[in-house]
Amino acid sequence: MTLPSETTRVEPQAPSDRATVFEARQVTKVYPMGDVDVHALRGVDFALRESEFIVLLGPSGSGKSTLLNILGGLDVPTSGDVFYRGDALTTADESTLTRYRRNHVGFVFQFYNLIPSLTARENVALVTDIGEDPLTPEEALERVDLGDRLDHFPSQLSGGQQQRVAIARAIAKNPDVLLCDEPTGALDIQTGVVVLEAIAKVNRELGTTTAVITHNASIAEMADRVVALADGRIASIRENSTRKTPRDLSW
Amino acid sequence: MPAIHRKLLRDLWRIKGQVLAIALVIAAAVTVFIMYLGAFDSLQLTRAAYYDRYRFADVFASLKRAPRRLEDRIREIPGVAQAELRVSADVSLDMPDMAEPAVAQFVSIPVQRRTMLNDVFIRRGRYIDPNRPNEVLVNEGFALAHGLEPGDSIAAVVNGTRRVFEIAGVALSPEFVYIIRPGNVVPDNEHHGVVWMNERELAAAFDMEGGFNDVALRLMPGVAGDDVIAALDRMLERYGGRGAITRDTQLSNWFLTNELSQLQSFGTMVPIIFLAVAAFLLNVVLGRIVTLQREQIAALKALGYSNFEVGLHYYLWALAVAVIGIAIGIGGGTWLASSMMNLYNDFFRFPILEFRISPSIIAAAVAVSLASALLGARGAVRRAVRLPPAEAMRPQTPAQYSVSLIERLGLGSWLSPPTRMIVRNLTRRPLRTLLSIVGIAFGGAMVVEGSFFIDAMNSIVATEFSVAQRQDLTVTFVEPRSAGAMYEIAGLDGVMNVEPMRAVPARLRFGHRSRQTSITGLVANPDLMRVVHAGRTAISFPPGGLVLSRQMSRIIGAAAGDTVTIEVLEGSRPTRDVTVARVVDDYLGAYVYMEIDTVNDLMRESRVVSGAVLQVDGLRTDAIYDRLKNTPSVAAVTLKEAAVEGFRATIEQNMDVIIFFNQVFSSVIAFGVIYNAARISLSERAWELASLRVLGFTKGEIAYVLLGEFALLTAVAIPTGLLLGYGLAWLTVETIGTTELYRIPLVVGDNTYARATISVLVATFVSSAVVRRRLNRLDLVGVLKARE
Repeated sequence: MTLPSETTRVEPQAPSDRATVFEARQVTKVYPMGDVDVHALRGVDFALRESEFIVLLGPSGSGKSTLLNILGGLDVPTSGDVFYRGDALTTADESTLTRYRRNHVGFVFQFYNLIPSLTARENVALVTDIGEDPLTPEEALERVDLGDRLDHFPSQLSGGQQQRVAIARAIAKNPDVLLCDEPTGALDIQTGVVVLEAIAKVNRELGTTTAVITHNASIAEMADRVVALADGRIASIRENSTRKTPRDLSW
Repeated sequence: MPAIHRKLLRDLWRIKGQVLAIALVIAAAVTVFIMYLGAFDSLQLTRAAYYDRYRFADVFASLKRAPRRLEDRIREIPGVAQAELRVSADVSLDMPDMAEPAVAQFVSIPVQRRTMLNDVFIRRGRYIDPNRPNEVLVNEGFALAHGLEPGDSIAAVVNGTRRVFEIAGVALSPEFVYIIRPGNVVPDNEHHGVVWMNERELAAAFDMEGGFNDVALRLMPGVAGDDVIAALDRMLERYGGRGAITRDTQLSNWFLTNELSQLQSFGTMVPIIFLAVAAFLLNVVLGRIVTLQREQIAALKALGYSNFEVGLHYYLWALAVAVIGIAIGIGGGTWLASSMMNLYNDFFRFPILEFRISPSIIAAAVAVSLASALLGARGAVRRAVRLPPAEAMRPQTPAQYSVSLIERLGLGSWLSPPTRMIVRNLTRRPLRTLLSIVGIAFGGAMVVEGSFFIDAMNSIVATEFSVAQRQDLTVTFVEPRSAGAMYEIAGLDGVMNVEPMRAVPARLRFGHRSRQTSITGLVANPDLMRVVHAGRTAISFPPGGLVLSRQMSRIIGAAAGDTVTIEVLEGSRPTRDVTVARVVDDYLGAYVYMEIDTVNDLMRESRVVSGAVLQVDGLRTDAIYDRLKNTPSVAAVTLKEAAVEGFRATIEQNMDVIIFFNQVFSSVIAFGVIYNAARISLSERAWELASLRVLGFTKGEIAYVLLGEFALLTAVAIPTGLLLGYGLAWLTVETIGTTELYRIPLVVGDNTYARATISVLVATFVSSAVVRRRLNRLDLVGVLKARE
């Protein structure tokens, strides 16, 4: 499988006209847990389009993290197909998936997963060291308004700042897709808004296709589309006619 | 520098104590490797240069007496390049600073020219003057032992006449690097020396004018000695030839070779054990780091780092530790190798010293250390590589605890909650608990391994010099004499007990192997000169059969029940097939024994003795020495006490260095292992302990949870370590404990076990103190916040 390496930046279009970035067909995922099988996903059909901002909404255990991990090439489905720009992720081998993650995907995690022994700048450099056409760490941190915290270690940063470093780290490679797993899950409202603004800004200014996982329904207001998951299935898909800014969300 | 390498450096710095502890173990291995093999290499080089420059001979033969006109025929033997005919004899010296006599081997040297073979190096003074017949050279060891300088004189009883010689110079010779009397195991510079003397004068003194009784040959390049030796033996047979030997079995060279091979085996064996421990440590420490960095590994993978890059990161971790250790080790090893070289030189007294640490030794040290570090890291790296990122991203499920066996037995109510935590934590992951115990046990085991040599050496001394040899003196006659000579000695005032000895030079053959040696005839059930089997049983000598030292049995490959051929190299030179009656597990030397009457029968002689062992009254020794010194038929008197002292001194000079370093390094290792174990359990459980503190537990109580567990582990580890140490000692004895010189018995004394136990306890105590200090400073908020 070959993957396009250049970053595509597009002007906003009507969502339905845009090219499809991800397509999932009948995706299932089963985790054997001792004697019982846990069905995390039970046949999910789903598409994500170019530059789209999507929110995956659902309670814990609904399978949203599993779906995100599969889209990001961290995990493979038990059955079904996932395509990234027409190429099957499901049949890709380990090294292809690594290259895919390295060049196309930006991850943001609930617990930030920064390397505690590296400064903000160095955490971002982890990605720019191996990327193909990255931003500089300074640029990336500037974009999340942390230009003045370059040499701080994670332990010297607040939770919101740490999450913004994680966002800077995710976007520094100029990813095609930004996948965020409960990015505000560990933060208070105030800080959460700042983090969401950073994500929205990336989506708006760079046109990065963005998927955000949350169990917080109010965050869904800022998305182009909202995919609600329940019990490993897609319960509903809704398009927002207008996107709210994070500041206007009612929590 | 790429950020991932920065992470490596910061991670290393954060646990610098542990890094240093592991690095020191590797450093110890590299140091020992370079020290021993560097000294080995340098000594070999020095020996080669010395032999070459001072023309050490290739073949040696001694005989009763042959005419000098044989010289041309010897030279004509195909393959012979040079031949030097000599006169050599043992002479009793009367040293004013000693009551007991000393023995010197007098060796003739030409006066008109320097000797062609086995040339002497004049350390002080000058070569003998042709016009001063009483001038001699003495060897440096003897001169130093008695404070002899050029210009001093020494008195000797030469062929029954007391003579005084002037010392012209103090000399060294490649032939006498090690000066050992046949039958002794170590040099005794006080009682044994070498004196080089004007050829003509020495010949005259021993009725050897126009004759010789010793010959040294130099072979043409590429010629093997066997054919030359066979030809020379045939030629010298009718002149009482005692069988020619190559330099391989020439006494001084043979001892030197054994000494060197001992260095070499130490240089290989000890580092292997150390490196195995280092690899084990790396495995444990890295394994736990991978566990602690589970989420970081997942993040790296999510960011697009490949398995290869993640694996490399942890391999580099191990390599960095190894490189620190190697750097320290190369420095330390080079320095210690040169110190060791100087120490050996005090002992061997080489005129030239070649010191070098060859690049290949360094390269081998580096390669072996890196390889063991990588091997140690392998398991951890594998786990890091296999870690599925999606799974690692999820918080770890709470560990599966269960009620421990102790509690199920109904003893639970006796245990306080913290004690229950200890017990459950230990029983939850038995494999990890086992690894911790083995780790700490290794610390103690290393100390046992490093110290048991002392016990073994003491056991050798106790066995060979107290249980076996119970005589005070050994007297050797110039010529074999009738048994009457013995009764003469028995009649001396103060002699309490006498036993005869009959030693004959002989060659032993079994299959295609042969060895030139001497057969020692002893009474059937000796009371003084006993031979002890396995450190316990004094054996008796059956008539008709041979008794071989374990070493001799190995050298010629014959076991009890085999029939070997003996060719006697004296008198009527009989050749006889004799059965090996038994092989005796003795500790020193490679001997062949027979019952004395059987030897006399073999030689077709009536009761003849070549020496005797004596038990004497301690108050009358001086008078006995005086009589013996002035008895012309007595060639040499050796004192057991001097032999014991000589043995101890040699051990002190050589083995003590080795033992000292082994002890230092094993203590370093013990500490490294134990410190690591303590730090690991702290980092693993900081979160849990901080939580307990928040719940209201005192510092003392959480210290109890952690250190109590550690104490329990140590309590189990100590006996395990002693057992493991015994195993290592066994391994060492089996692999390198045997040279032709000695056989190290597997003896581990209580002192050694105590030393190991104390080392572990001290290391545990110090490590606990460090951990306790850290516990006291535990940043509760920080630990609980950072889920690392």
